[in-house]
Amino acid sequence: MFGKLTWQAIPFNEPIALGAAALIGFVMCGVLIWVGVKGYVPYLWREWITSVDHKRIGIMYCLLAMIMLLRGFIDALMMRSQQAMALHSAGFLPPEHYDQIFSAHGTIMIFFVAMPFVIGLMNFAVPLQLGVRDVAFPTLNSVSLWLTAAGSFLVTLSLVVGEFARTGWLAYPPLSELTYSPGVGVDYYLWALEISGIGTLMTGINMATTILKMRAPGLSYTRMPIFCWTSLASNLLIIAAFPILTAVLSMLLLDRYCGFHFFTNEAGGNPMMFVNLIWAWGHPEVYILILPAFGIFSEVISTFSGKPLFGYRSMVAATMVICILSFMVWLHHFFTMGAGGDVNGIFGIMSMVIAVPTGVKIFNWLFTMYGGRVRFTSAMLWSVGFMVTFVIGGMTGVLLAVPPADFILHNSLFLVAHFHNVIIGGVLFGALAGSTYWFPKAFGFKLDERLGKAAFWCWLSGFYLAFMPLYVLGLMGMTRRMQHYDQPQWRPWLLAAAAGVVLILCGIVLQVVQLFVSIRTRDRRREPTGDPWDGRTLEWATASPPPVFNFAVYPNVTGEEPYWGMKQRALESMQLAQEPQYETIEIPRNTPTGFVTAFFAVVTGFAMIWHIWWLVTVGLIGAYATFVVFAWRDVSETEIPAEEVARIDRANRTARAAALQRMAARQKEQEPVA
Amino acid sequence: MNTVALHPQGATDSAGPASRRIIVGYGFWLFLLSDIIMFSAFFATYAVLSGATDGGPTAAQLFDSRNVAVETACLLASSFACGMASLAVGERNQLWTQIALLATGVLGAAFLALEIKEFESLVARGAGPTRSGFLSAFFTLVGCHGLHITAGLLWLGTMMAQFLAKGFRETIRHRFLCFSLFWHALDIIWIAIFSLVYLNGTRV
Repeated sequence: MFGKLTWQAIPFNEPIALGAAALIGFVMCGVLIWVGVKGYVPYLWREWITSVDHKRIGIMYCLLAMIMLLRGFIDALMMRSQQAMALHSAGFLPPEHYDQIFSAHGTIMIFFVAMPFVIGLMNFAVPLQLGVRDVAFPTLNSVSLWLTAAGSFLVTLSLVVGEFARTGWLAYPPLSELTYSPGVGVDYYLWALEISGIGTLMTGINMATTILKMRAPGLSYTRMPIFCWTSLASNLLIIAAFPILTAVLSMLLLDRYCGFHFFTNEAGGNPMMFVNLIWAWGHPEVYILILPAFGIFSEVISTFSGKPLFGYRSMVAATMVICILSFMVWLHHFFTMGAGGDVNGIFGIMSMVIAVPTGVKIFNWLFTMYGGRVRFTSAMLWSVGFMVTFVIGGMTGVLLAVPPADFILHNSLFLVAHFHNVIIGGVLFGALAGSTYWFPKAFGFKLDERLGKAAFWCWLSGFYLAFMPLYVLGLMGMTRRMQHYDQPQWRPWLLAAAAGVVLILCGIVLQVVQLFVSIRTRDRRREPTGDPWDGRTLEWATASPPPVFNFAVYPNVTGEEPYWGMKQRALESMQLAQEPQYETIEIPRNTPTGFVTAFFAVVTGFAMIWHIWWLVTVGLIGAYATFVVFAWRDVSETEIPAEEVARIDRANRTARAAALQRMAARQKEQEPVA
Repeated sequence: MNTVALHPQGATDSAGPASRRIIVGYGFWLFLLSDIIMFSAFFATYAVLSGATDGGPTAAQLFDSRNVAVETACLLASSFACGMASLAVGERNQLWTQIALLATGVLGAAFLALEIKEFESLVARGAGPTRSGFLSAFFTLVGCHGLHITAGLLWLGTMMAQFLAKGFRETIRHRFLCFSLFWHALDIIWIAIFSLVYLNGTRV
């Protein structure tokens, strides 16, 4: 009846795992009860869970990422404290638990933190920057979100029911085959990633179609904000790379469930094929993550330097070159496979070549700041911190791209330090810069800057303290994923790394406090115009938070940096553009399709993991029924009458007109000085 | 610099968002491309493992080119019928739409039946997917295509019911556009399977 599922699946004999499970259970139940008691359920259901509005979906993606960041960070804390303790001792984490923790840490941080964070920011900002009302397929967008949430739910569930993979975040066979991992851990990993991977693929299709086919009148490719360009590149990579992930994980599933021989040691299986295929997805994946972050930094640096982005076209070219090159370097993840000197040489050179367009970008950002009136807001601090950190990470990356050096550094903590250097210093700093930058657009008030800056400094110094020692340890010969060790000379460096992670913890605590304080004092922080940072792109041309239809009329774009142009014209003529002719706007209706689909995806995934075959059938039939019910709907849009549009837009115009007066007065004061 | 001049299709740039039909079709094309990439991973795997027979049966010993020829004929005819259905939808002719879609479905089901028969006979001869890496790759590649056909048939049935219940409404015509793209794309993949797996495998 319940397949492999018995009471044994609950980790009663592992106090740490059980404690964590209980904590998560309490927090989740507590939140649910609080929401229920306060009577928020109907509101949440109507306005958020069933929402197909790209802004709300984007916010929910970011929220998911932040929650999962906490989970992944607790894993990091445990690993760092284990290694700080485990000289000549077993530490406090038994090996089988430690192995689950580092596997879960990597899986969660990449798939359920970095991915939802950048996808959330793209979802939120791209349609606004394009001057349109939504993404190409709003309901599909909601399905994507909830499938990603379904994947994270399964990963979290593995903490309570059963176990997680002990194979590392990419589950290399033959270790991940049934022979060596007979438990359900790898199955949790595989089903969670299959489900969320489909969600990501749908996002890629959705966003690429949006950018290529839906732009405000006059917004040609060469006028698109750079964040739209990097998002386009990232989503094209999703379309090209995620199907490979789906395929390779399916093959491993077939090996495990049906006794196939793709990656087994016997009967002609080939484990190295898994490694090749997974990195043919995995290397583009790192660019899927970093390219949108590059776009965010470009927007932030340009805005807070008060200048157009230096070398816009070279930036676009560099982005697209990276987009293509990212598919030509996958083999550098396993130079030690033994492909031979020629193959390794080619892949080594290709890997170094990627540093060229990336270097172009760094110089473009520097020259954007050069001669600008730079405002060091917290978003800008993240960006400057990124530039310094990422250059270091990039240089160690070029070092690793040299095959002979890689033979020595391969699988060591040097590598661990390198990819944390680029992923934290690049992707995470980017996501944090972006969320600070667009927060007032999403909610209508700014986050507390003082706490934001304090959090930044904790994060930055904590990062250096935590990861620079790992470079040293790597050079000293310490391999990754060690549960215990007997080299006393490693100890001081591991203690420093542990101190660094505590500093990062301070940064995270400050961010939570920042969010809390800012929400409590939101009335003081309101920003009525919708343009809190003196922005340059179209998202700042509408109110904060934007109305559900984003723009009362499609903005007419006549050049690069369209909103900057509008603002200058308004300042010159001392008045806003003429009030447009308001028309009725049709917006897509909210639908529970996404949520219900994800529900059945969780049911199917869970049933597959535990071999409950009847429940698999139920899940699949439920998913198909959901699809049919959605396909049968008669009304898919609601109308917002022209008067309502006019009322909403006029309120924002009034605020902007007042701000215009203030800006003009300030300019008049400054003129004699200039 | 006048950037519009760089884009011969500048019309879409100045006109704002494209029409719903273009957006739906375009998005579905992107999906098909991603699907083809997924198949390419299975093709690559098959290429790598095609020699990994582990002392078991090889392609030349297993494949029956006559059965495959009939399968191919069914699938191509099904695609032709689907093209006829597109014409009938264009004419808003309910009867011919249903007839053509039924023909599409019957031919697709015939293809599927032949494929299942082939799989059954292979398993019966001890050449199931668990026998060797080569057979795992073969069953997965061809089976994945078969799974797509199955999903397509389910979609086709839903489409037929929708045409009957809802008529030739715009959203449903858009969906049918996607379905026919899907069905033709599966032909293209089958042609690749036919050439790379069967023709290559039965080559003397």
